[in-house]
Amino acid sequence: MADMENEIQNVTLRVENLKKHFPVRRGFFQRIGGWVKAVDGVDFEIEQGKTLGLVGESGCGKSTIARVILKLLEPDHGKIFYRGQDISNLSEKDVKPLRKEMQIIFQDPFGSLNPRMTVGQSIEEGLRTLDFSRGDRKERLNELLEMVGISSNNSDRYPHEFSGGQRQRIGVARALSVEPSLIICDEPVSALDVSIQAQIINLLKGLQDRLGLSYLFISHDLNVVGYLSDKVAVMYLGHIMEFASAGDLFENPLHPYTLALLSAIPSTEPGRKMEMKFLPGEVPSPQDPPPGCKFQGRCPIVEAQCREEEIAFYEAGEGHIVRCWKVVGR
Amino acid sequence: MDNLLLSVQNLKVYFRGDEKVSRAVDGVSFDVRRGETACIVGESGCGKTVSALTILGLIPSPPGEIESGKVLFEGENLLDFTEEDLQKVRGNRIAMVFQEPLTCLNPVFTIGDQIGEAINVHEQVEPAALRERCVQILKDVGIPSPEDRLKDYPHQLSGGQRQRVMIAMALACQPDLIIADEPTTALDVTVQAQILSLFRSLQKTDSMSVLYITHDLGVVANIADRVYVMYAGVIAEQGNTSQIFNSPKHPYTQGLLASLPTRSKRGKTLHSIPGIVPDPAYKPDGCPFNPRCAFATDTCRTRFPEMRDYGEGHLSRCPVLFRQDQKEG
Ligand SMILES: Nc1ncnc2c1ncn2[C@@H]1O[C@H](COP(=O)(O)OP(=O)(O)OP(=O)(O)O)[C@@H](O)[C@H]1O
Ligand code: SF4
Ligand SMILES: [Mg+2]
Repeated sequence: MADMENEIQNVTLRVENLKKHFPVRRGFFQRIGGWVKAVDGVDFEIEQGKTLGLVGESGCGKSTIARVILKLLEPDHGKIFYRGQDISNLSEKDVKPLRKEMQIIFQDPFGSLNPRMTVGQSIEEGLRTLDFSRGDRKERLNELLEMVGISSNNSDRYPHEFSGGQRQRIGVARALSVEPSLIICDEPVSALDVSIQAQIINLLKGLQDRLGLSYLFISHDLNVVGYLSDKVAVMYLGHIMEFASAGDLFENPLHPYTLALLSAIPSTEPGRKMEMKFLPGEVPSPQDPPPGCKFQGRCPIVEAQCREEEIAFYEAGEGHIVRCWKVVGR
Repeated sequence: MDNLLLSVQNLKVYFRGDEKVSRAVDGVSFDVRRGETACIVGESGCGKTVSALTILGLIPSPPGEIESGKVLFEGENLLDFTEEDLQKVRGNRIAMVFQEPLTCLNPVFTIGDQIGEAINVHEQVEPAALRERCVQILKDVGIPSPEDRLKDYPHQLSGGQRQRVMIAMALACQPDLIIADEPTTALDVTVQAQILSLFRSLQKTDSMSVLYITHDLGVVANIADRVYVMYAGVIAEQGNTSQIFNSPKHPYTQGLLASLPTRSKRGKTLHSIPGIVPDPAYKPDGCPFNPRCAFATDTCRTRFPEMRDYGEGHLSRCPVLFRQDQKEG
């Protein structure tokens, strides 16, 4: 029971053996011809007020996880706990109040804002669900806009009148409007100019410190993830390959995929020019993956065992989890 | 200097709309020497692509107009060339690689047909020899089992392989210069690492020149010999890689580098450049960076700054910091 108490207090979100497979249909009769195992047994937790970074290359399942957590997609297997409460099988009616607790901001803020609504209307939509009086709503709207650095006299303007960075700020304001405790950030700065990225990153960090928000920060950019995250999960083809505190992951990476990702980040120190080691090949299709380790096709240290046996998690250090036969053997 | 291959001088390219004139490229000068990789780095809309397209005479006109400037390729001004003459230069002497290879590859022809065509446009090669050449080129750019790939259509290849095919086509005629516009932006980082290394090795073995365009400072640090930092249609700073990354002299370059998030900056607020990139139709007077600049003086708001020379090819368009640096130095 003490554990449960602890979880309610300190763990915003926990997922257990989460799976989401998509059928691939073929031919005239649209028979199921195979499965894309987008998310294939994922576990992690996000502590209250902390940031979990989720990194990996395109198609590894990052955004599918986001959609499953938000209950926009039904998981095929596994459990999702929000503050200790199992939310995996809630009815549509019971999901509603949860939507206020968990919000998402996307890479393309333009696509997620209704072009025919003023930004004020977009943000107020969220407020309406929270029993604010009309006057209070106006006040709260202005407060939200100021919080994200947009002057409140802009609330009558339409999304197209704003720059990419400003639209992302508006996306953040809208997410904050319902006073969530978890925000899923799905590549929130990837589409922004370099000089604007830092503004949004500082904004997200500042809001977290002030409001105690928890973040699931999804990105392919290890520099951003390293800067923002407390813990990091590295994904490959629907699996988490390594999970560790950001410090451990960057200073003592163990999985060969993590090592490859870290060495592939172009560094801005010119001296490092030639050190880039790289992986052969590309991320294979997640459809009908081979048995054994999902990384076998590109792994520089692959062995027979990796092709035969699926590996469970191996705890290499406290809270440092790796999925690699070679690390187990060491 | 006879190792100068390309010299773009005071280029201005404007787009005229109904209500406004976009000054997309507004007095840009840069050089590419033989065997070197020159990078143009800058944020979205600063005029990188327009500069590159102008070199090859690919700016649609109208709305685009070349207001002034020269594009000297081996001393000859490409802006004076007829379309017919330009076609001989394109592909043959200067080749281009774009961000999204799928839009540049013809979906209904095989990879082999397209590379063969690229070679055949410029020289007549008989079929057997042509096939050999195609296979060799695909091998050079690191495509596995090239014989089989010749029969593939573009959509059958992965993003990284398509980009390799684009590079293969660019290489097909052994050009003197390859212009690559964000060739890795759409790729995963591990694949980007492969393509960057491909560019480096091509250059070493074929002593080709590369004009590489990107918004990613990390990429620049890894492949550039010479760097041009572009802002709002002008070059803000230029120098070799170590000058730009180790002792940037322009407030914009300094700000960009300071704003990059890294693990080691964790816990500290990132430096951030306030404001936004100006619309090229409504650029501020004076220094285009002045509304965002912490050092701006009254003069910056009225007078367009000249390039200042720090020596050894390091130039910066900021008189204010130049004066400070002179005093201190
Ligand atoms: N055909 C066109 N008609 C009108 N304006 C154009 C045209 N092509 C480019 N522009 C304008 O010229 C300016 C510079 O564009 P350019 O494509 O060179 O930027 P860029 O630096 O390549 O940006 P990005 O990083 O987004 O590729 C932009 O404001 C753009 O809108
Ligand atoms: S010239 Fe003035 S405004 Fe421009 S960068 Fe230098 S100090 Fe800033
Ligand atoms: Mg461009």
